[in-house]
Amino acid sequence: MYPEELKYTQEHEWIRGEDGTCTIGITAYATEQLGDVTYVELPETGVKLAKGAEAGAVESVKAASDIYAPVGGEVVEVNTALDDQPELVNESPYADGWFFKLKDVDPAELSSFMDAAAYAHYVEEQSQ
Amino acid sequence: MQLIFEKSREGRRGVTLDALDVPLASLPAELCREQPAALPQVSEFDVVRHFTELSSLNYGLDAYFYPLGSCTMKYNPKIAEAVAGLAGFSALHPHLASTESTWSQCQGAFELIYETECLLAEIAGMTACSLQPIAGAHGELAGVLLMAAYHRDKGNAKNKIIIPDSAHGTNPASAAIAGYDIVEIPSNDRGTIDLDSFKAALDDSVAGVMATCPNTHGLFEPDIHEIARLAHEADALMYYDGANLNAILGECRPGDLGFDVMHYNLHKTFATPHGMGGPGSGPVGVGERLAPYLPGPRVVKTDGAFALDTPGKSIGNMAPFFGNFGMAVRAYAYIRQLGSEGLRDVSHAAVLNANYIHARLKNAYRSAFDGAFMHECVFDATPQANKGTNAMDIAKALLDYGFHAPTVYFPLTVHESLMIEPTETESKETIDAFCDAMLEIAARVEEEGDPFKDAPRTTPVGRLDEVKAARDLDCAYLEPASAIAP
Repeated sequence: MYPEELKYTQEHEWIRGEDGTCTIGITAYATEQLGDVTYVELPETGVKLAKGAEAGAVESVKAASDIYAPVGGEVVEVNTALDDQPELVNESPYADGWFFKLKDVDPAELSSFMDAAAYAHYVEEQSQ
Repeated sequence: MQLIFEKSREGRRGVTLDALDVPLASLPAELCREQPAALPQVSEFDVVRHFTELSSLNYGLDAYFYPLGSCTMKYNPKIAEAVAGLAGFSALHPHLASTESTWSQCQGAFELIYETECLLAEIAGMTACSLQPIAGAHGELAGVLLMAAYHRDKGNAKNKIIIPDSAHGTNPASAAIAGYDIVEIPSNDRGTIDLDSFKAALDDSVAGVMATCPNTHGLFEPDIHEIARLAHEADALMYYDGANLNAILGECRPGDLGFDVMHYNLHKTFATPHGMGGPGSGPVGVGERLAPYLPGPRVVKTDGAFALDTPGKSIGNMAPFFGNFGMAVRAYAYIRQLGSEGLRDVSHAAVLNANYIHARLKNAYRSAFDGAFMHECVFDATPQANKGTNAMDIAKALLDYGFHAPTVYFPLTVHESLMIEPTETESKETIDAFCDAMLEIAARVEEEGDPFKDAPRTTPVGRLDEVKAARDLDCAYLEPASAIAP
């Protein structure tokens, strides 16, 4: 149900780690809870974010929520397509709806996050 | 219906001005428009019909029940309108206060401002109050700026404000605009401030704590005395958001709970028009420590007359003149009409009504918290959502029963939140009819799953496309070239 190759945070973000960079987005569960996304505020490229730092915000018809950097690193790329098409977050949360990429990530930080099965269990508990 | 711009016809006029009887003075060219404003050209009768029709499409408190949680949509007594309309108030020129030589001509208005500030301070256990802020969030900003002035004066280097996730939604924005970093702390399982998280977040860098009590879950904060004590130990100030003051009038005063600064919402607690019905008013109240920093000028009582004075360490003007003065007149009329016992009865009835609704609905809707609710109750429609009808669908379904929807999806701590605040001014018959509608909706969801996906069906327009409205915001009317004068 949740992609096996990703890691997950309690804030319902997913992380795809590859070669010292990480791509970050929010999960399908998060998009269901938010409803239709109307605006995504992303960090500037070149900015260095500490683990847990605020990286932007996602707004829907229901609410505005902060986006956090789940790991520390430098922002190397942001998904500018979301400026005009915030609906990509709902339509394709794990591919076209990604938010930003970080480089110089410490791979050790990734091991503390949930895998797909653990996240599915976490979501199950949350939605009771 | 047509927009008023679409009703425009070339050359049609509502009024004809008399010929100029003074010499024409021209404005400098750089102050003039390059083209005349594209105003609709309509007769007076067109305007009267247009806005009368619009008002008939509006859902207003004078016609219907409006249980919007956190908003206190209570009846606005008509005598307060009559008093505010008295020419001595409504026709007063605000610049009479601007020069000392004309103060004698606005002593009544000064007295009303002075008396209203004293009454509000007394009601909330504050030392003094300023009527200047013109909205609730504006009062919050004033309050945070007052806290900042206090710390600056003492040489305190503090950059954080603690805000529980059960605080009113505008608090983080107000604190951020004033330049503070926000530290959010979670609620415990009971829906109140988690004391351990608060202790962990509190240190010397904390300038203040912004709390709403009862909080946005409709629950009184049981640890508020301890929280205030700990905050004061760290020289952090306590800010009280007055959004929910309607729950505690005459029973409990924020100043006595340990709060140093607060705002009132005259348009909530003190029955002045609310939302699109009228301008807001968010007076800021302070305890002893912050009084020297209040916005100025302030009305002061001297020997035999009222005058203006600005406190030495004032943060300055928060708004032109004295804020929305007409709202102060209405609030004064309301407070004097009710008196201290009447105000206490207001809160008793508001709390009783909310708990009556909770008792009638709790078997059909999941109560979000176990505690005793104050003036509003919160349900979680997750069980209904799992059957196909979410909180938004329930809100839309209610419109077809003739009721305004409660607040939905706020507080954010409850997934499918339905937040109901009936206020003290509704009859038992109205509240019962609302509960009957809610129970019927729950019963139909139980049986049919998702029968309300196309609700509302009986309103002037059906289900609105909120996503399109947010993504493609477009509120400028571009006229066809022929309709508007060049």
